[in-house]
Amino acid sequence: MFPVKELKRSALISLWFAFLTFPIMVIKVDPIERIVHWRWDNMFFIAFGSFVLSILAKVFMIQKERRASRKKRKIAAEPLIQRIAREPRFLYPLVVACFAFGVSFPFLFSTYQTNIMTTALMYVVLGLGLNIVVGVAGLLDLGYVAFYAVGAYSYALLNLNFDMGFWAVLPIGGLLAAFLGVILGFPVLRLRGDYLAIVTLGFGEIIRLVLENWNAFSQGPSGIANIPRPGFFGMEMTFAGGITYIYYIVLVLVVITIFVVNRLQNSRLGRAWLALREDEIACQAMGIDKTKTKLIAFSLGAFWAGFVGVLFAAKTTFVNPASFTFLESAIILSIVVLGGMGSIIGVIVGALILILLPEYLRALSEYRMLAFGAILVIMMVFKPEGIISNVRRSYKFKGTNTPEGEIHE
Amino acid sequence: MDYFIELLFGGLTRGSIYALIALGYTMVYGIIGLINFAHGEIYMIGAFTSFIVATVLSIYGFPLLAIVVIAAVAAAVWSSAYGFTVEKLAYRPLRKAPRLAPLISAIGMSIFLQNYVLLAQTSDFLPFPELIPEFAFMEPVAHIVGSSDMVILVTTAVVMVALTCLIKFTKIGKAMRATAQDKTMAVLVGVNVDRVISATFIIGSALAAIGGLLIASHIGQINFYIGFLAGIKAFTAAVLGGIGSIPGAVLGSLVLGLTESFATGYISSDYEDVFAFSLLVLILIFKPSGLLGKAETKKV
Amino acid sequence: MQSGLKKKLLVAALSLGFAMAVPVAGMASDTIKLGVAGAQSGDLASYGLPTVKAAELVVAMYNAKGGINGKKVELLIEDDVCKPEVATNTATKLVTDGVHVVLGHICSGATKAALPIYKEAGVVVMSPSATNPGLTQSGDYPNFFRTIASDDAQAQTEVDFAINVIGSKKIAVVHDKGDYGKGLAEFAKKFIEESGKAEVVLFEGVTPGAVDYTAIVQKIKRKGADTVIFGGYHPEASKIVSMIKKKRLKVTFISDDGVKDDTFIKVAGKNAEGVYASGPNDNSANPLSTEAIDAHKKAYKEDPGAFYENAYSAALALLNAIEKAGSTDMDAIVKALQTEKVDTPVGKIHFDARGDAVGVGFAMYVVKDGKYVEVK
Repeated sequence: MFPVKELKRSALISLWFAFLTFPIMVIKVDPIERIVHWRWDNMFFIAFGSFVLSILAKVFMIQKERRASRKKRKIAAEPLIQRIAREPRFLYPLVVACFAFGVSFPFLFSTYQTNIMTTALMYVVLGLGLNIVVGVAGLLDLGYVAFYAVGAYSYALLNLNFDMGFWAVLPIGGLLAAFLGVILGFPVLRLRGDYLAIVTLGFGEIIRLVLENWNAFSQGPSGIANIPRPGFFGMEMTFAGGITYIYYIVLVLVVITIFVVNRLQNSRLGRAWLALREDEIACQAMGIDKTKTKLIAFSLGAFWAGFVGVLFAAKTTFVNPASFTFLESAIILSIVVLGGMGSIIGVIVGALILILLPEYLRALSEYRMLAFGAILVIMMVFKPEGIISNVRRSYKFKGTNTPEGEIHE
Repeated sequence: MDYFIELLFGGLTRGSIYALIALGYTMVYGIIGLINFAHGEIYMIGAFTSFIVATVLSIYGFPLLAIVVIAAVAAAVWSSAYGFTVEKLAYRPLRKAPRLAPLISAIGMSIFLQNYVLLAQTSDFLPFPELIPEFAFMEPVAHIVGSSDMVILVTTAVVMVALTCLIKFTKIGKAMRATAQDKTMAVLVGVNVDRVISATFIIGSALAAIGGLLIASHIGQINFYIGFLAGIKAFTAAVLGGIGSIPGAVLGSLVLGLTESFATGYISSDYEDVFAFSLLVLILIFKPSGLLGKAETKKV
Repeated sequence: MQSGLKKKLLVAALSLGFAMAVPVAGMASDTIKLGVAGAQSGDLASYGLPTVKAAELVVAMYNAKGGINGKKVELLIEDDVCKPEVATNTATKLVTDGVHVVLGHICSGATKAALPIYKEAGVVVMSPSATNPGLTQSGDYPNFFRTIASDDAQAQTEVDFAINVIGSKKIAVVHDKGDYGKGLAEFAKKFIEESGKAEVVLFEGVTPGAVDYTAIVQKIKRKGADTVIFGGYHPEASKIVSMIKKKRLKVTFISDDGVKDDTFIKVAGKNAEGVYASGPNDNSANPLSTEAIDAHKKAYKEDPGAFYENAYSAALALLNAIEKAGSTDMDAIVKALQTEKVDTPVGKIHFDARGDAVGVGFAMYVVKDGKYVEVK
């Protein structure tokens, strides 16, 4: 039952929102014609809407609490996906199915769908790259897009000036980005978490501004056009063929990335990152070289971004600095946090949701970004650990008569 | 020499505006260790509220002084209300969440508030009424220092003094300092930490609103996007001065404002922001916790 | 549980697939497909939406007459938010849907990113608003046309006006660091230097959205400029203009098409008086222009927005070319565009070998009593 006290509270909340949104929602002035429009109906909608929402939120909270208290008795149940991921019996068929779906995608859907999916997969790689830095090593990087830009421009410029091909630049782009990561990382990685955030943010802006202002080097804001698509043993490809081809390149890259990142996380280095994220001082005491470990994380993350940058330039055939703003960094970071920090499946799901959703939400048109912002807040409030949170590796005795041994039923 | 003084005042004006916004960042950070990315939007909402109120009042024919006072109060009240609500909705449930969760929530809030104002009002630029008149006695030096520069400098100075007094001498100020030092200890000695955090958001938002009113009146236009760049710059200033430190935020803002002004004046405005961010990186390399920040030694 | 999950996934994938696959159907061309691409949402939507309306009106007019050579004209409208990376998606979508000709895109960057896709698919593109000179002058895009003059022509108009009419000697060229503004400013600088009659005392960009422009204005003053040529949009222009007034600086302010917008006068208020701006030729004497504007007022109950007449003309030119060519083949359309003259709101036009419209140019306007009037 819903108690009266809660109703009163909701009424108060709706009054508060009516007051809060009064100037912005109700009054609209035309300073030229000197007319004031009073939109009182908006106030009614706000009051009513916030009343209903506050009741819904409360109901949701009560249920969540109830479930939580019930769970406590039954030993915390793992999320479904984690359970699947743990059992090879389920995991392998699922992976094969996903892979088969991925491979057959261009044959099932139109070129346009393939094109969007390519974009989404590129963000999967970006998310996984940033996940190394933020999710695993715990270094907050707000300027990740800078490395992406370095990759994109290295292909554009090397092709323009030295006529280098896609396959030659692909590793170079990645290495250049990684190199830049080391150069930047060296002085700033001694900074504490939030100082690091602002410095990386500043660095991202500096790269963009330089690209924008240094015309002789980067052709400034008008960008570089006519970047060739990747070649396939010198074969000329039709337009649709080209898109399918890039799709497969990205798909392969995604598979490689997942494989590498997964191996890395389980390596000595990966554990050092995790440990560093939890407690730096204890790590140093255990003999982990703090700076070196952080630097590797930073430059490895940058490496993937550079890789994807080259692909980006090849896919759009045009680059300009406007594609590399802070908002782009924020979106990649949102992919990582929304999906679940440190969790590979989470990042993949996060990228697919955040990149494909706006494409299919075109119907919402102008409310799209409003919904996007609200979803970020709501997700964080109700599921701060992300959609699919990373489960800490834990070892349990499957021994004689401990009840914990029976979790994996 | 004239040129130098002109640039000096231009930089000080810019710095003062940054300072009013940066204080909100630094106070919130000092108390709950959160980068409040939505703070730039609170500043924008302050500016928008004062725009709406001032325009309505001027249409109904109020005298200028009344318009200024009512618009400033309204801006401060509503900005504080937004700051308070944002904290309750988006940050309070996340107190015990992983460290990055509130940050993403803040970024989401910032996108939400921007689009909220865009949809509820307009995407166009709007002319902001001239709330600061051209004083007659300033006319001889108007080509160097305008009336609005003067008003901005004086207001900022007054606000800083008032804020310092508030934090030094009042009960809530004491509670804020205690919470910043050690939250658990503060609870043990009977400080209502939730209330202190709310108060911090309210004060920070009110300061940002005053900044919003002053700068919008100074440049004469406003739209939904003004909070983004100003917010990033103010945040940079707060970090430059040592985030968490109130005098640091003011010093950092002035340094940043002057750097930008002189860089534009003597070198080139093409790389204005590059200079600003490079200065930040340099200072942090040599003084990792900012100009006036306390170097933190972590005990095990 | 395994099969249940798989089933769910399969159902989800299939339903998603069907939802996406629908637009692919209907490749057979029993209609002429006119694509319209440009910013239709986001902060630049106000530049892209008038083009959609123009296309709708022209197509309705053609279809009322019975279509082209017996075929009805169908509109495919896609949003690119003026971002290059989205524009490639948009172009891919249009090409996949079997578009014959495209009216768009709105922004130069997006157009550049999209053009190679159309080129490979053999689709003719005509933009009402993309002014970047490289689009036509590079020769890379034989399928591209436009009904607006390019930036260099506009910069030339501004510079000629400053030097010959105003008599400027020391000119400060300021831009907003953007694609459009900076490109224009660079041409202005080049033309001033080539003329030899005036000197460029300052060439700098301002950061859009910065809280204060005092420093750049002080610098303009210190360099002793008598004229400022600004490349960019109206928000920055009005900030600079009002700061110039505040600092008691006496300079002539000349700007571009991005400032020749009534919003500039609204925001800058009395500071806007005396500002010069270049803009497309005044077509109010052309009966077709009046007709196009009246049609818009009748259909949408409001005045048309930015680039409306250019878009209206482009739609007319494209459809006329298809009619004259008698086919939707790219080469035939290109030939018809270059040889057949067509009456449009921007005048009787045809296109040169590079794709620029012949007979479209710029005029100078000045703000007088809160309105832009043409300088004769």
